[in-house]
Amino acid sequence: MPTILIVDDSASMRQMVAFTLKGAGYDVEEAVDGADGLRKAKGKPFNIVVTDVNMPNMDGIALIKELRALPTYKFTPLLLLTTESADDKKQAGKAAGATGWMVKPFNPEQLLATIKKVSG
Amino acid sequence: MTIDMSKFLDTFFEESAEGLDAMESGLLHMQDGAADDELVNTIFRAAHSIKGGSATFGLSEVAEFTHHMETLLDEVRAGKRAVASDLVDVLLESVDCLRAMLAASKSGSAGDPKRAKSLSARMAKILGVATGHVVVTASAQPVQAASGGWRIVFRPHAHLYRTGNDPVRMLRELAELGEYKVSCDTSRLPGFVNAQPEECALSWTVELRGEIPEKRVREVFDWVDGDCDLTLEPLPASSEKLAPDAPAVQAVVPVAKEKTNGDKTSTPAAPAAAETTSIRVGIDKVDALINMVGELVITQSMLGQVGKDFDMSRVEKLMHGLAQLERNTRELQESVMRIRMMPISFAFQRFPRMVRDLSQKLNKKIELRMSGEQTELDKTVMEKIGDPLVHLVRNSVDHGIEMPDVRRAAGKAETGIVTLNAFHQGGNIVIEIKDDGAGLPRGKIIAKARKQGLLGADEEPDDNKVFELIFMAGFSTADQVSDVSGRGVGMDVVRKNIKALGGTVDVKSESGKGSTFTIRLPLTLAILDGQLVSVGEQTYIVPLVSIVETLQMKKEAISAIAGRAELYRLRDEYIPVLRLYGLFGIEPRQKDLANGLLVVVEGEGKRVGLFVDDLQNQQQVVIKSLESNFKRVPGVSGATILGDGTVALILDVSGVIDASRQATAPSGLGKNQAQIRAA
Repeated sequence: MPTILIVDDSASMRQMVAFTLKGAGYDVEEAVDGADGLRKAKGKPFNIVVTDVNMPNMDGIALIKELRALPTYKFTPLLLLTTESADDKKQAGKAAGATGWMVKPFNPEQLLATIKKVSG
Repeated sequence: MTIDMSKFLDTFFEESAEGLDAMESGLLHMQDGAADDELVNTIFRAAHSIKGGSATFGLSEVAEFTHHMETLLDEVRAGKRAVASDLVDVLLESVDCLRAMLAASKSGSAGDPKRAKSLSARMAKILGVATGHVVVTASAQPVQAASGGWRIVFRPHAHLYRTGNDPVRMLRELAELGEYKVSCDTSRLPGFVNAQPEECALSWTVELRGEIPEKRVREVFDWVDGDCDLTLEPLPASSEKLAPDAPAVQAVVPVAKEKTNGDKTSTPAAPAAAETTSIRVGIDKVDALINMVGELVITQSMLGQVGKDFDMSRVEKLMHGLAQLERNTRELQESVMRIRMMPISFAFQRFPRMVRDLSQKLNKKIELRMSGEQTELDKTVMEKIGDPLVHLVRNSVDHGIEMPDVRRAAGKAETGIVTLNAFHQGGNIVIEIKDDGAGLPRGKIIAKARKQGLLGADEEPDDNKVFELIFMAGFSTADQVSDVSGRGVGMDVVRKNIKALGGTVDVKSESGKGSTFTIRLPLTLAILDGQLVSVGEQTYIVPLVSIVETLQMKKEAISAIAGRAELYRLRDEYIPVLRLYGLFGIEPRQKDLANGLLVVVEGEGKRVGLFVDDLQNQQQVVIKSLESNFKRVPGVSGATILGDGTVALILDVSGVIDASRQATAPSGLGKNQAQIRAA
């Protein structure tokens, strides 16, 4: 089963995402901000990274930029969690190398569908 | 798959409370003119997270309300809006409102929608938009179907793989939309020698039949907009069939696969039956704990080995192992206790806001200074010290600091200073609340006390005695009852609450220069350093902090007054002797004062000597509540279980001193003691 890294500074969001994905059999790890996410991603290759945008200590866009520059994550699906209003964030995310995004609020079903989509 | 979102709500409420605190303190700083980018970002992030979380977890009113806050903050963040005081005001009020809304959701009550509405309207006015229903949940798709289907030419750019996207995924998604026929164009593929495996050189043409809205097709390519050339041509609505050999993977799948968002999540979760509390613990503390457990396991296995083939030659090893076990246990205990310790900033953080609001209300100019916020104390103590602190700070603001003109006339700066300070001292935490105001009105206090009959008409008390008076029930010298303080409920309750925590509160004041309230509290309520004393068959525990000294009495220094009361002359002081056996109604081994020991204890500034048979060792004891297991007993603060399994009562020194002063006390306490033994 693919391993997924979820990066979000909101504990409830992480809990929800991790619980949903673990329930579907994925191997999930959590990181509390961009810097933590980068450290964890460097420590072990994840198949998918899902990250929030607004976070302290490196935001999601910067994290994606860093990750995409690493050989391990050259082709890895890197997904952004954004709010509907943040169209500029989507563009900034794309420019940084994001694969796609998921619009908040989303429910567990939508999350699973998206992850399934990119996990092939 | 259905997932009950309510299980994440507790975490959401908790992090929202933290976020709101951060917003509040950020907004207060912002108002001071220090609106740097990071600060604004922090505030924005908090609002953003609360909005995202509340929408996800089905708290739509909260999400809607936060939306305006977020928009305002986003404009500030983008530099489109200046930080004006009306903006900060409305945001601060919104923080309060959000707190109330979240509390209401948590308890399942209705809350106050009017307040939210009027704040929303104010924010909308600042934003210059019409108030209306802001939709934060995903909107429904407008359906505009092309009856025949689509011919899609999808030509990815070379770098597509490096965005993490896979053309096969998109093709697979298209196949799920309708009748599907695909052909692959390999003409752009370079020869084998020039092959670039990391680049995409293929393109595809898809014929998709069925009533599929264009939007639905474009959605599939949403993520690769700009990373490919995409053309969509509607197919004529003919009944032309696909070639039989077409790789049609799937039958026609109805489009209505997508559910509308939130049908499961928008029902608010039932409120949790019992409130559970949790604490955040630094990972270093947990690591320390794990280390200790490791050590403990090593010691245990060592002792196990000693015990395996035990003979007297190994006694030394056994003793060594036991000593190590003791050390491990103590360190483990300390590590566990540290987990419950939190910086006092959690209790302090509400004050900047409070002082700001109060000084506005009272038209005073006040600066709040805080230091020692990182001083740690037990969570349970922290929770209970909040209200007394609020009261004391309110007092300083309301009674302590003068109006600006009065201050100017007195030659002081217009802005008064209230200082909160915390530090450790011995086994205690000391919290000081200091103001540079007028000081306690000595004359007024004396006059009031005389009027209430607390002081004799010709009595001229010293400062200590005067200031003690403010802690009497129903004592207030405020000229006017204000919103802020001066209703006469207060200082006595403050002292009572602090006493209940095993702490003390003192006041020092100098006319014209200000007052300082000093609170001393034990760091934890769970463990206490105690001196074990024996009286007859019983063992009692005297808290070590209250013991001044222990001595053998000299016969010539004992004097009895009026039959019952006995005094012991210790150097220049006469100390009342309290026979513990008499207080608790038990049979001692020693009745002759000269043969027993006197433990001199101090509580609330008074000293008494406790007469006991003997002293045992000193040790840390774990406090078990007598109240929750039995009932409240005057003179006893709790109980503990000793190493041999017997129960020992922990003396409440102030309670014992109070009890000793009441003539009826001995029988009352004795009766309780008998009940405890019976129980």
